[in-house]
Amino acid sequence: MRTEDASRRRVLKGVLAVAGAAVFERSGMAQSVAGPRTIEMTARRFAYEPNEIALRAGERVVITIRSLDFVHGMNIPDLGMRLDLVPGRVTRLELQPKAPGTIDFVCDNFCGDGHEQMHGRFVVSA
Amino acid sequence: MQRRDFLALAALGGGAVFASGLAGCATRADGMATAGNTAGDFYFVQLSDTHWGYQGPANPDAAITLRKAVATVNALPAPPEFIVFTGDLTHTTDDPVERRRRLAEFKSIVADLRVKTVRFMPGEHDASLDRGAAYKEHFGETFYAFDHKGVHFIAVDNVSDPGARIGDEQLAWLRTDLARLDKQAPIVVLTHRPLFDLAPKWDWATRDGAQALELLMPFANVTVFYGHIHQEHHQMTGHIAHHSAKSLIFALPAPGSQPNRTPLPWDASAPYKGLGFREIEAEEAGRALKVTELAVVRA
Repeated sequence: MRTEDASRRRVLKGVLAVAGAAVFERSGMAQSVAGPRTIEMTARRFAYEPNEIALRAGERVVITIRSLDFVHGMNIPDLGMRLDLVPGRVTRLELQPKAPGTIDFVCDNFCGDGHEQMHGRFVVSA
Repeated sequence: MQRRDFLALAALGGGAVFASGLAGCATRADGMATAGNTAGDFYFVQLSDTHWGYQGPANPDAAITLRKAVATVNALPAPPEFIVFTGDLTHTTDDPVERRRRLAEFKSIVADLRVKTVRFMPGEHDASLDRGAAYKEHFGETFYAFDHKGVHFIAVDNVSDPGARIGDEQLAWLRTDLARLDKQAPIVVLTHRPLFDLAPKWDWATRDGAQALELLMPFANVTVFYGHIHQEHHQMTGHIAHHSAKSLIFALPAPGSQPNRTPLPWDASAPYKGLGFREIEAEEAGRALKVTELAVVRA
């Protein structure tokens, strides 16, 4: 199984290049961004909403994330990035996936009995 | 009777399910002080992830599993010189009163261990929601070091920070602690989370674990025993050996083997399957370490 997992990671790295990935944190409400599609997300114990986001390869998107109750984490190991989602702030995540595939993310700030179920994924189609 | 003879007897009795020599412990330099006390063979016991207070289908016997494990340890043919618990003593709760009640109950149960030298460390379920406050009230400091018969033991706290960081203060302490040791000294690190990136998608990592490993790398004989992942797992990072322990509450799937890290289902036909604890035998002042995996209840 470890071999399969390693193989899957190699495939992911091969087909899912993310260009211009950037993260910004701002106080206050999300600002509209000209160009990229904006997708709103919330984080609360113990779920992201939505926890599965459909993207298209080559599409630029901005994910605006509001945490409602805790400094949740958002770790995206396949992209080598992670965020702290601070309540009262909007955290912006800009993505441009290059090819189809799945990108998992997980809360990596222990938030209580249910933390282990707090995860989600981006599903990128052609 | 030598310790290895006890192990042989345990194996004959059906209690030993795994035993092997471990990499990561080589011969130290002749005549060099290792950890400041008398060398000699000994063994200790590692228990982990007892999650006292858990209630759920993954272990319908949760109220008695820990007590059974204590009885099994007490019935070992020869008593260990000490016992370590590598975190998640209790199952997490948002209620500070309930957290303290669970910690106190856990402490009361393990007080029945006949071996009275017991070393504790927290897991994220014990310490992350209050940065170790309740844990410290019951068990003291969350990171520390001690020496035993030529082996230097270091307990590393990678859970009191909910973000799984060891933190700059503790890393500075670790650097200072290591500075006095000979590079050939046998070192055993006890911690809860893996210090390396075992499975970041499952939060099975320590965010600044690489910094701790960098501090340990100059030392020739380093072995890490940890918990968190509720299963036996063995991995090398360079010459450093890492060995995770089984849980005493429920088993988890192999790293990355399925989409989510949900507990493996309880098997009523084989209670405590996948659960257990281990003995670790140090021979010749840490020149070799051997692990023997034991079941919750002896056959």
